Amino acid sequence: MTSELAGSQIIIEIVYLIASALFIFSLKWMSSPTTARHGIWAGEVGMLLAIGGTLLRYGIVDYRLIAIALVLGTIIGIPLGRVQMTAVPQRTALSHAFGALCVTLVGSAEFYLRSPDISRFMMSVLSIEVILGGLTVTGSLMAAGKLQEILPQRPLTYKGQNFVNFLLLAVAVAIAVFLVLHPGTRSLFPFMILIALAFGVLLIIPIGGADMPTVISLLNGYAGLSAAAMGFVLDSKLLIIAGALDGSSGLILSIIMSKAMNRSFTNVLFGAFGQVQAAAAAGEEARPVRSATAEEAAAILSAANKVIIVPGYGMAVAQAQHKVRELYDALTKRGVEVRFAIHPVAGRMPGHMNVLLAEADIPYDRLVEMDEINGDFPQTDVALVIGANDVTNPAARTDAASPIYGMPILDVDKAHTVMVIKRSMNPGFAGIDNPLYYLDNNLMLFGDAKVFVGSIVRELSGGHG
Amino acid sequence: MSSSSNLINALFIFMLAGFIGFEVIRRVSPLLHTPLMSLTNALDAIAVVGAIVLVGEHKSSLSAVLGFIAVVAATSNIVGGFLITDRMLKMFKSSRTAPKP
Repeated sequence: MTSELAGSQIIIEIVYLIASALFIFSLKWMSSPTTARHGIWAGEVGMLLAIGGTLLRYGIVDYRLIAIALVLGTIIGIPLGRVQMTAVPQRTALSHAFGALCVTLVGSAEFYLRSPDISRFMMSVLSIEVILGGLTVTGSLMAAGKLQEILPQRPLTYKGQNFVNFLLLAVAVAIAVFLVLHPGTRSLFPFMILIALAFGVLLIIPIGGADMPTVISLLNGYAGLSAAAMGFVLDSKLLIIAGALDGSSGLILSIIMSKAMNRSFTNVLFGAFGQVQAAAAAGEEARPVRSATAEEAAAILSAANKVIIVPGYGMAVAQAQHKVRELYDALTKRGVEVRFAIHPVAGRMPGHMNVLLAEADIPYDRLVEMDEINGDFPQTDVALVIGANDVTNPAARTDAASPIYGMPILDVDKAHTVMVIKRSMNPGFAGIDNPLYYLDNNLMLFGDAKVFVGSIVRELSGGHG
Repeated sequence: MSSSSNLINALFIFMLAGFIGFEVIRRVSPLLHTPLMSLTNALDAIAVVGAIVLVGEHKSSLSAVLGFIAVVAATSNIVGGFLITDRMLKMFKSSRTAPKP
């Protein structure tokens, strides 16, 4: 078969080869913001070539239905490409669900077309494809629902949760094994899919908002692996390559995210983090904190030489990034050096803060990663924390009893003055008390992030020199 | 079609592509992790080729219906994914090119 490809088939395979190369270049060019947009062109050209090549395939008879589906997909895709930047995490989760849906449906269709004539290896790969695909569909929908706040963001845990989850997965795998041995058992196949779908829901139920960066990355990896499995089933090298690229991307991001939280994969997925935190937050006594007004904050900021702003999810929630940009402008105009310290898990997905700040027109060379900027805090006059909490909590360095002990943090407490914009002294979503707030060099700026930054900007432009 | 040598070839391709992916993506700037994810999402939607074949060959009505939904889902990822990645990357400006305050 392979040695006697028809002429048109050779052309199609070569087109796929070129598309694969373009996909790799596409990701390679993402290494720097200066070349990244070439990466999109490479990806788009590769995609068009691959689709065009596929349409040439011998055996395709129904072009009308394909055209309708492509148009319909485009109509749905355009609004998904035009969402607000603050909605990017839920959009990303939703697109993981769409990608996995495609893979699961194709896998199911292939099963019913080929059964009972399926080799054991093929049936194993097909099972991996639809189980991974199925759990990614519902898991991603759950994640998107939590991010859009249609579903409660708090982790939901119950007794025996992990046992139930493992049991479900075990049943799905058992059905898969049975189907490998008896691929003619068509009636069993829908149950495998249903269990995978249910498993996806249960997997995300116990996961809280702060773990979303890891979970989204993990789902990204699953979507990629299921697509690669589909490549094995369809004997498509292009699909195997694209799936492997996406899978490794998801895997790398998950590793980076869980390292940044000092947690393992299994701990994120089965750790029920929320409960531990609730226990640790109990038994707090009131300690004095110092607070300041916008006027005082503006005076301190304008007297500074070096300022580092630490943004967190709170900035995104308050939609404060444009006011932060005004603050950046006002301080830069006075000759203050302003930089932004970005923690890998700040926000709800990898790179979330960078995108929001870039949207507000803050130059990307002002956005500095944690490892690069941490050494600079002792020489920094003011660290201004906006809507970030856990990623600045010094308990992660010092308090072995803290649930976040060992997590790498931004050392804002080493700056001469720390200012924290926060609504109130409530421990907030994570429920962990932050000893930073009681330090002598710390000032609390109580209020909504957007409003407070706005008043600082007004003070700065109000004739203080 | 699915002879064992094809499957072994496929495993080799998977392994090599996995290593390439790992090395290439390790070098992606953390600055661009969000656009990276939406780009890989769009590229992953290449699964559309499998779905197109299902619809086009129309071997059974079940396969055509499932394939149709799959094409719609994947196409929306391709269009939406490239569109939003492009919008995001357009926003990243260095202080040399950004408008001065």
